[in-house]
Amino acid sequence: MNDKQALLAYVSRLGDNALILGQRMVEVVAGYPELEEELANANFALDYIGQARMFYAYAGELEGKGRGEDDFAYLREENEFRNFLLIEQANGHFGDSITKLVLFDAFYLLLLEALTQCGDLRIAEIAARAEKEIRYHLRHNTQWLIRLGDGTDESHERVQASIDNLWQYTGEMFAVDETDERFANSFNGPDLDAIRTEWQANIKAILDEATLRMPEDAWMASGGKQGRHTEQLGYLIAEMQYLQRTYPGANW
Amino acid sequence: MSDKEWPLYEVFIRSKSGLSHRHAGSIHAADDQMALDAARDTYTRRQEGVSIWVVRSSEIVASDPAESAAFFEPAEDKIYRHPTFYEMPEGVENL
Repeated sequence: MNDKQALLAYVSRLGDNALILGQRMVEVVAGYPELEEELANANFALDYIGQARMFYAYAGELEGKGRGEDDFAYLREENEFRNFLLIEQANGHFGDSITKLVLFDAFYLLLLEALTQCGDLRIAEIAARAEKEIRYHLRHNTQWLIRLGDGTDESHERVQASIDNLWQYTGEMFAVDETDERFANSFNGPDLDAIRTEWQANIKAILDEATLRMPEDAWMASGGKQGRHTEQLGYLIAEMQYLQRTYPGANW
Repeated sequence: MSDKEWPLYEVFIRSKSGLSHRHAGSIHAADDQMALDAARDTYTRRQEGVSIWVVRSSEIVASDPAESAAFFEPAEDKIYRHPTFYEMPEGVENL
């Protein structure tokens, strides 16, 4: 893998995380318990999809084969997506969704902050825009986690179970692979070890305030960054790509 | 989900610096912070604002429509309260 390949892999992976999470959140549009929260969720999903478009457009330019954002989103197979396993997990109940978003957003915010300082100007620019959006998402979702954790006995129990279930997917975010290493060395990319330390401290503070227990680090699932996904992703992609696969080139 | 509705909040948005906050609408929220977030997500999606106030609707003291005659009609025949008797100098804008 040379620097150019690493850069392309890194950018399209950022796009994959943003797109898959955005698509997941789109699934619950019109299904949230309150209108106001419904609107917030839809706004957040659009923020993610907007970020995915910027990353994919850049990836297409880097690749230089004439592929655009739609080709990356709609015409790749499941094993070509390199998003984290955490974000492809099904939405579950409201507490599951909120927990997943807090775990990921807390990581993503630190990653974006680091990316604003990276050696690739285009990524730094996208990160600077995305960082403002994610800072608000995290603020909003953290409040919900605290309300649920420090709420009723039932909400506390259910959201604690959400954390315990999702925890196994958090290790992958910090697992350094060849792409991360090259991007760190050649483009002054993020130091995932440093981000992990800060993430753990931030998550601990949130969980403490929510009166929730932070799970012990145990076995961690991995594979998303290499394209080996849980069964959840296939269904998501089938739905997301249906229209372009059935009516190739459809436009409106 | 409980059957109880969240309290109603009134939302006021200031569209740009220098102007005052204007009533934009209302939202439901369980607490003040959630109300502020909901107002942001509902009423400033198209760059409508630079500042948001939210206030619980139940905290607003309002005039009684039944008393509107006593409240407002006495002002009807006091035309001398309107500054309409001044000559407007040429070239004055925003009046």
